[in-house]
Amino acid sequence: MINQLSWKIGGQQGEGVESTDRIFSTALNRLGYYLYGYRHFSSRIKGGHTNNKIRISTTPIRAISDDLDILVAFDQESIDFNAHELREGGVVVADAKFNPTIPEGTKATLFAVPITAIAEELGTSLMKNMVASGASWALLGLPLEVFNKAVEEEFGRKGPAIVEKNIEAVRRGAEYVLELAGGPLEEFKLEPADGKQKLFMIGNDAIALGALAAGCRIMSAYPITPASEIMEYLIKKLPKFGGTVVQTEDEIAAITMAIGSNYAGVRTMTASAGPGLSLMMEAIGLAGMTETPVVIVDTQRGGPSTGLPTKQEQSDIHALIYGTHGEIPKIVLSPSSIEECFYDTVQAFNLAEKYQVPVILATDLQLSLGKQSCEELDYNKIVIDRGNIATEIPDREDGSLFKRYELTESGVSSRALPGTKNGIHHVTGVEHDETGRPSESPVNRIHMMDKRLGKMDKIEVENPIHIQGSHEEPDLLIIGMGSTGGTIDQARVHLEAEGIKTSHMTVRLLHPFPVQEVLPHLQKAKNVVVLENNATGQLASLIKLNVGLHEKINSVLKYDGNPFLPSEVYSESKKVLSDGPSAQKLSEELV
Amino acid sequence: MATFKEFRNNVKPNWCPGCGDFSVQAAIQRAAANVGLEPEQLAVISGIGCSGRISGYINAYGLHGIHGRALPIAQGVKLANRDLTVVASGGDGDGFAIGMGHTVHAIRRNINMTYIVMDNQIYGLTKGQTSPRSSEGFKTKSTPEGAIETTLSPLEIALSAGATFVAQSFSSDLKQLTSLIEQGIQHEGFSLINVFSPCVTFNKVNTYDWFKENIVNLETVPDYDPSNRVMAMTKLMETNSMITGLIYQNKTKKSYENLVSGFREEPLVSQNLSLTESEFDKLVAEFR
Ligand SMILES: Cc1ncc(C[n+]2csc(CCOP(=O)(O)OP(=O)(O)O)c2C)c(N)n1
Ligand code: SF4
Repeated sequence: MINQLSWKIGGQQGEGVESTDRIFSTALNRLGYYLYGYRHFSSRIKGGHTNNKIRISTTPIRAISDDLDILVAFDQESIDFNAHELREGGVVVADAKFNPTIPEGTKATLFAVPITAIAEELGTSLMKNMVASGASWALLGLPLEVFNKAVEEEFGRKGPAIVEKNIEAVRRGAEYVLELAGGPLEEFKLEPADGKQKLFMIGNDAIALGALAAGCRIMSAYPITPASEIMEYLIKKLPKFGGTVVQTEDEIAAITMAIGSNYAGVRTMTASAGPGLSLMMEAIGLAGMTETPVVIVDTQRGGPSTGLPTKQEQSDIHALIYGTHGEIPKIVLSPSSIEECFYDTVQAFNLAEKYQVPVILATDLQLSLGKQSCEELDYNKIVIDRGNIATEIPDREDGSLFKRYELTESGVSSRALPGTKNGIHHVTGVEHDETGRPSESPVNRIHMMDKRLGKMDKIEVENPIHIQGSHEEPDLLIIGMGSTGGTIDQARVHLEAEGIKTSHMTVRLLHPFPVQEVLPHLQKAKNVVVLENNATGQLASLIKLNVGLHEKINSVLKYDGNPFLPSEVYSESKKVLSDGPSAQKLSEELV
Repeated sequence: MATFKEFRNNVKPNWCPGCGDFSVQAAIQRAAANVGLEPEQLAVISGIGCSGRISGYINAYGLHGIHGRALPIAQGVKLANRDLTVVASGGDGDGFAIGMGHTVHAIRRNINMTYIVMDNQIYGLTKGQTSPRSSEGFKTKSTPEGAIETTLSPLEIALSAGATFVAQSFSSDLKQLTSLIEQGIQHEGFSLINVFSPCVTFNKVNTYDWFKENIVNLETVPDYDPSNRVMAMTKLMETNSMITGLIYQNKTKKSYENLVSGFREEPLVSQNLSLTESEFDKLVAEFR
């Protein structure tokens, strides 16, 4: 019996690839398996090859696998495109309709199942997904009742007749493939899972849920891949809690509306990707200058310009940290798991109000869209800290304005929300005095710049870094962020098995950079590899800028649009250890 | 109840003597008092320009934002606290050039707030460049041979975009301007008030005298019916928009806040933010 397996479904976009994946993984989740999904898609709605890959395991996993055990193909292109991933002894389940063949040299078995024909016989080709997932399920020798429960859940509201039909499609698919294969495949027999249904969600779901739990009641946003799911979730949920989502005319309106409602006291966020973030930059400066809290999510995707809009990249880091004119206080968080997407979103709202600064939550496409099993989310960890908001303000006889920007030790001053009696003050992006009135006085300028920027030294963020595999003197320290964590972990285990003492650091706070936490780990390590999905090594330069130790730092970069594979992390790390320092551009080798 | 004096602060505006914006400031202060507001119940959100400074010259909550973005900021304020009276204001460059996209969509969205544009047909703060409101042939720093682009007619655009309240006034007519701002504040939905507010320093063509000669007060037009959208559009076209008064009002359309699903009477800002444990568990269970 095995304890993990990789399965992939491929076809034309709009042809049922998504739904086959959904129903198959929902059923696996019912049995308690840990799942990690990866979507390969393009920005077309219909047509064009698309595939979804799931890794199934009895223990937690957070990375895609190097190879593939089972490929389900709706067309020949799906076989040709993905066959190279199949491991020796793998299986292809293909629709008999297109007379499938597997490329020469592929050491896999082909089962041609009349997927479309069975579906059409039962009434509609739409049921292809049921036939295909039923066949996959049967090959694994998993109990059909569990699968049928998942079907009931998916189609229950459409009535018993529809449920029956779909269950029949599943049964027929299963029956056909078992006849071809002579029964379930022994080598694909999974160890039983723990039977506990896990939370199964994408990073964007976790962010949206986190926002709701944090008390966010307005979201203003403009649709963009891969951020839209956040607004789509909140569009469904916010009205139940008195709130609303406004789909604005552009991202400038989205961020400025969010600034307006945060100023007026309601936790509000916006979410976008690189192109939208570029449009927001001037307004982020306004939030910094007026000390207005606001939470902005950047789901990074392939840039520059429209770039690779449906592909993985981590190339906005410099733009997020430096991308507004002038100098403002700002926090940039980088969650590295689904759970962190949730808790960090809650934290982002608290940080924004506690320090009265813009907070950017930076994910990447794979973290935002990859569907994964997730640990239980703890209600008791949700804390709402609104920071310093003045409620009762005493009358000032002299008729002076409320000192919204009073100079304080912490740099944070009390906010009076519009509507509060005796709290009237001015707010402007022009340099201003303690009451918010414009002032060009050089002394005031220095005080106010120091007040705002001084907050950066005091910012405290929970767990700014994570360390895995702690060694006193590691041979190798691999540093990453965002979705690369699980892949690095897997490679680390391989390296450790060869006696290479390997530590793994995840940087979760990009700005202000956690120098005190990061430095000792770099000092102790013999070699350092910074691994990131961009072409210029932005995280590596951030580390060099803040920590130094340039000679130790090696970059491993991948910017072909795909996430790192565990084997790539392993082999690139070995190369660094044998060849010494140099920048490794993985993407060049792939060409 | 507050008087208009309570909406004054002791800040001396840095506008040129004679600038049309002084009257707009006075009219907002009077209108606010006339509709029975207290200073803390009013939020004035302004853009960037000479006109944009207005939020600092009124004793009320005020936010002076970035160029062209007064409207989305103001809409955010209103959604957060629907008990506030929200007035957005700025120049014709702010609202009809850099911010035109927001203007059209704020009109469509129809949130209950008032937008006052100080239209001087020129860029004042940056010292005299052409604006989308400049007449063709108008010579400015940026159009030394005269403007060649078509003059924008924002009120016609507003009507096409589904505006529910469209008015126009003139800085010299404080009485009319005050009354229109009061009506705008009391209107349910988005009210747009364009004000001819002469720039005495950079615009030597569209002067106080020029406006006095060229504008027609709708009160003097017999049978003018501001509930008739076609009549409003025709009048704007016939007169090249040189009319003042209430041009159009739709009293039947509900404001955004009253249409949006789940939105409550109680302002969002005063609502409880926490989810109960059972609410949270239910939300989480959907992902199992
Ligand atoms: C993004 C941006 N671009 C340009 C400017 C410079 N700027 C400030 S005000 C202004 C135009 C002012 O004209 P208008 O809005 O008509 O206001 P007025 O000064 O005439 O009242 C410009 C171009 C700016 N502040 N921000
Ligand atoms: S430059 Fe023109 S618009 Fe600006 S304050 Fe002077 S008169 Fe008014």
